[in-house]
Amino acid sequence: MNRYLIPLAIFAVLVVFLTIGLGLKPRDVPSPLIDKPAPAFTLKQLHEPTKQMSPADLKGKVWLLNVWGSWCVSCRQEHPLLVELAKTNIVPLVGLNWKDDPAAALKWLGDLGDPYTVSVVDPDGRVAIDYGVYGAPETYVIDRDGVIRYKHIGPISPDDLTGKILPIVKKLQG
Amino acid sequence: MRRILSLLALLLPLAAGAADTAQPAVDDPVLEKRVMALTAELRCLVCQNQSLADSHADLAVDLKNQVRAMMKEGRTDAEIKAFMTDRYGDFVLYRPPVKATTWLLWAGPFVLFAVALAALYGYIRRRRTATGEPGELTPEQHARARALLESGDAAEPR
Repeated sequence: MNRYLIPLAIFAVLVVFLTIGLGLKPRDVPSPLIDKPAPAFTLKQLHEPTKQMSPADLKGKVWLLNVWGSWCVSCRQEHPLLVELAKTNIVPLVGLNWKDDPAAALKWLGDLGDPYTVSVVDPDGRVAIDYGVYGAPETYVIDRDGVIRYKHIGPISPDDLTGKILPIVKKLQG
Repeated sequence: MRRILSLLALLLPLAAGAADTAQPAVDDPVLEKRVMALTAELRCLVCQNQSLADSHADLAVDLKNQVRAMMKEGRTDAEIKAFMTDRYGDFVLYRPPVKATTWLLWAGPFVLFAVALAALYGYIRRRRTATGEPGELTPEQHARARALLESGDAAEPR
């Protein structure tokens, strides 16, 4: 009896570990910035380069920071959803235009619609490094006190939006 | 003769070009060595199985520039690693620190080895008892053996 039980137990443990391993997404690296203050920045606005914007301007509001670039294919995939979200006026959406050509970015927004309350430009990617961005698109949920509460890596699907991001936003909005 | 000379003259710019490429690619080889040594320990998050030093991904180049800039500012390797883990987590380190969430990673191979050793020991012990290897004789067996040896009518071994 024992001689069958032990290999079976070892096999069961292996199956459990491998099943967990299969479910993990190696692309999704947990961010150490969750529940930490959103890194400060002061960046030029895309539409009006003479104006600047920083996270402190949005204190007291729950808001989303979406990292994107006109060169980014997955951003195009999630874009219609962001445009829809913007129409609902539930939450302000700030676009961080990452390592992009401002002219190309403006054309992109002109062609596909502009969901952003305000867009800022990060031409050398220095601010994106502070946010631990490693691939666009990435989206951060930031609370009233300027603390990062959630990070979504990759394009947002309708399920991600209604199942994860919006519930978190609503909870934070109280 | 003149023709040969003019042909040789045509080759001159090539020689000049070769001399150019032989120059060191960076202005500070010592700093560059330090940059490469540290970034070899850091994971490129875009390609994941390459180090920052090996990767040519856009972000890896940016991060290498960041490391270089911080070194020029006189920051220590530990400070730069902390800068990276503050932003990207322990995942950027190819040698993650020992802590509650990583003890399984560090201790796992040794635990497995100990379990394997224990299993092997148990197996060998069980096999020895199962095959009935000769152990100590009881006093009665000793007596009987002596009697048999002394009786003389045991068959002579050939």
